[in-house]
Amino acid sequence: MARVVVDPIPRIEGHLRIEVEIQNGKVKDAWSSGTLFRGLEIILQGRDPRDAHLLTQRSCGVCTLVHSLASVRAVEDALKVKIPPNARIVRNLTHAAQNMHDHSVHFYQLCALDWVDVVSALSADPKKTADLSAAVSGRPQSKKYYEGLKGKLKAFVDSGQLGPFANAYWGHPDYKLPAEANLMAVGHYLDNLRQQVHAAQMTAIWGAKNPHLQGHLPGGVTVVSQLDADRISQYLFMLQEQIKFIEEVYIPDLLAVAGFYKHWGAIGGNKSFLAYGDFPLSDKEPESFYFPRGAIMDGKLALVKVDPQKITEEVYHSWYEGDKPLHPSVGETKPLSGPALKGAVPNTKDKDGKYSWIKAPRYDGKAMEVGPLAQCLVSYVGGNKEIKDTVDMVLKKLDLKADALFSTLGRLAARGIKCLVNAKAAEKWTMDLIENIKKGDTRTFTSYKLDETTNGQGFGLNDVARGSLGHWVNIEKGKIKNYQQVVPSTWNLGPTDAKGQKGPVENALIGTPVADPKKPLEILRTVHSFDPCIACAVHVIDPETNEVYKFRVS
Amino acid sequence: MDKSFDVPERLALKGVSRRDFMKFCGLMATVLGLPMSFAPRIAEAVAKKRPTVVWLHFAECTGCTESFIRTTYPWAADIILDIIDLAYHETVMAAAGDQAEQILEDTVKKNKGKYICIAEGGIPTKDKGVYGKVHGKTFIDIANHVCKNALATICVGNCACFGGVQAAKPNPTEAKSVAEVTGLKTINVAGCPPNADNMVATVVHYLLLGKLPALDDKGRPLFAYGYLIHDNCPRRGHFENEEFVKEFGDEGAAKEWCLFKVGCKGPEAHNNCPQIKWNQGTNWPIGAGHPCIACSEPQFWDKSSPFYVGS
Repeated sequence: MARVVVDPIPRIEGHLRIEVEIQNGKVKDAWSSGTLFRGLEIILQGRDPRDAHLLTQRSCGVCTLVHSLASVRAVEDALKVKIPPNARIVRNLTHAAQNMHDHSVHFYQLCALDWVDVVSALSADPKKTADLSAAVSGRPQSKKYYEGLKGKLKAFVDSGQLGPFANAYWGHPDYKLPAEANLMAVGHYLDNLRQQVHAAQMTAIWGAKNPHLQGHLPGGVTVVSQLDADRISQYLFMLQEQIKFIEEVYIPDLLAVAGFYKHWGAIGGNKSFLAYGDFPLSDKEPESFYFPRGAIMDGKLALVKVDPQKITEEVYHSWYEGDKPLHPSVGETKPLSGPALKGAVPNTKDKDGKYSWIKAPRYDGKAMEVGPLAQCLVSYVGGNKEIKDTVDMVLKKLDLKADALFSTLGRLAARGIKCLVNAKAAEKWTMDLIENIKKGDTRTFTSYKLDETTNGQGFGLNDVARGSLGHWVNIEKGKIKNYQQVVPSTWNLGPTDAKGQKGPVENALIGTPVADPKKPLEILRTVHSFDPCIACAVHVIDPETNEVYKFRVS
Repeated sequence: MDKSFDVPERLALKGVSRRDFMKFCGLMATVLGLPMSFAPRIAEAVAKKRPTVVWLHFAECTGCTESFIRTTYPWAADIILDIIDLAYHETVMAAAGDQAEQILEDTVKKNKGKYICIAEGGIPTKDKGVYGKVHGKTFIDIANHVCKNALATICVGNCACFGGVQAAKPNPTEAKSVAEVTGLKTINVAGCPPNADNMVATVVHYLLLGKLPALDDKGRPLFAYGYLIHDNCPRRGHFENEEFVKEFGDEGAAKEWCLFKVGCKGPEAHNNCPQIKWNQGTNWPIGAGHPCIACSEPQFWDKSSPFYVGS
């Protein structure tokens, strides 16, 4: 039996350490640890509640914007403020653009290299690559283009300065794409770096800048005169450009790559899913959400109603004080310090060992996977026709049954599906914005009173790029008394609980085949399929214990 | 590397025309405050060599990396693959675990005193820094090893420059800046995050002139942080005329009047946002009707908050 530690996990946000125990070529047990603690919830105490959205947005610069959204919603809930329709639509449009950015960057920059062998691309035939791109891609390239790309790659490799491509698991037996598909994917990897710039630009149209937008605040949005024809048309035209990229490049690539990795439709799955839902189409929440709220329990494709009171967090295996599961409205963030922290070295050996800065959230006592797969499954059974049609189309094209969705492959497919459906819906919401402005409604902000007599409790539940995100705020005498964030990567990357129930990533890793413990590519695949974001979730560290099998490959 | 294969030629293969490339060089000349006649020299400088860069992540949110990849002319891919040798960067690199650590060790060893270190994030120091580790090593140890062996350390973002958001009161992990922890004099490209153009310009300045740019007393390049937002704000006239937004969404907000009375910190913030704006010139905070929060100033989370004034 071998213990393998992968630290750092690259191509994620933040500092994550994954440890697995391998027996007979498969993962027998797994531990997910966050290795950084920053303490934002402690820093928020005593501050002006309106400042929380700026500060919490710094939880993460990759899923930027979304903490700002969750925070303004939580404070609005506490202050009983209803925002005007224009503000709601502008927030939806900006959030949709952020998803287009985030999902495509995940596919191409963060996870593609787990499935695409860059070195193999060097042996591709440019003519055959051009033929392949003509057959599968909506944006075919010429033989000349692929000759150039291959030449460029070769010069890069020959230079000996391999930069970000150095020392990876190239040549691993589970890289299944033909050389030509690898070369085509490398081209799109580079194209995506350009496309994401424009997606981010869309969020800046009304959000000032990206990363870390400055256009929201409790009560609405700050733009007023900029809701003009010029900027609306800029958004719309850039949106159409994004939709074209998703339809012509992202989805075809997803289908082409998935076609070679169908066996991953039976690896890395979970059974229970939670989606808070998002994109309010009126001021009725959650009833008007475009992506509905709900849960899927124990692999049964049926919608279960969500009660936010059933959400708890516990710290049995985390480096915090506390001995029982707590609802976030009364949640605590009391990090261990000094000798009690024992150097924050992950202890995965002892039954009650602490090994992560991430807490363990549970719904009704259960570990729940969140993210695009959860959103797609809940939307599928919750009446979102566009999601249902797109999921059915993808399953049909790949000749897979619905149960294949409960997997690493299903997770990657769901992200692309949601990205496409979300982008197309944003086109309609842009028209809603135009109609509302045409009616003469120019309001973007609802005023409210906030002073030393203000008290209130509230929460904001959102479904963002990485999954269900909740902020809970308690305001006393106009200041933040308590603030808790339960974020998507806390749900997914959190540790085992007191009952011994594994977190979703840990559970998904169990049973994963690992062909070569020195090149644990398969572990990266499943971990990356969750799109971890550890600065949000908190962070991890690596021990240098003797039992741990340290692998080194040149 | 293949020396006969120059940058414009390599870029051309990926569809970046020489015109695009010169446009970038022109932009850099503008950001750096150099006459446009310098553009060809910038082109020459970046075409000559690929310096090795190690990019470290400490206590941060990766927003600075994200900001960096918003650059155009050249695009991030062109910088990463053609202009610099980005040997280590956890968010983009393919290698994982021990193989990643191996790259870092080898790079420091082989290029001792010759590589540029870019640091993103603050460094927790409480309990000997155990609140932040990579590969079992504390950020303190990593910074002391990697930054101290570099030719120069460029801090990107308020966290690496000044401690950042985790250093805000009560600073639960006693987070500090890279300079405070290592004792090094760092170049501080401040902001939360810094604008991509300013990050790229700092590197280009070095490549062009063979030295680092002139800095202010906080280590910030003067070309970007030499002026107050307030001095270059397009709403400055309204400030002088005492035309103020009194509440968000009011008549003044619709008329794009001065945001000073709802909390704007433009008068104390050194940055070039009004001149270069964000995301290909799309917008910037005051442009979107939001007060400046002085995100390029040390300890702005405490010194400039509350960010909104009045109710």
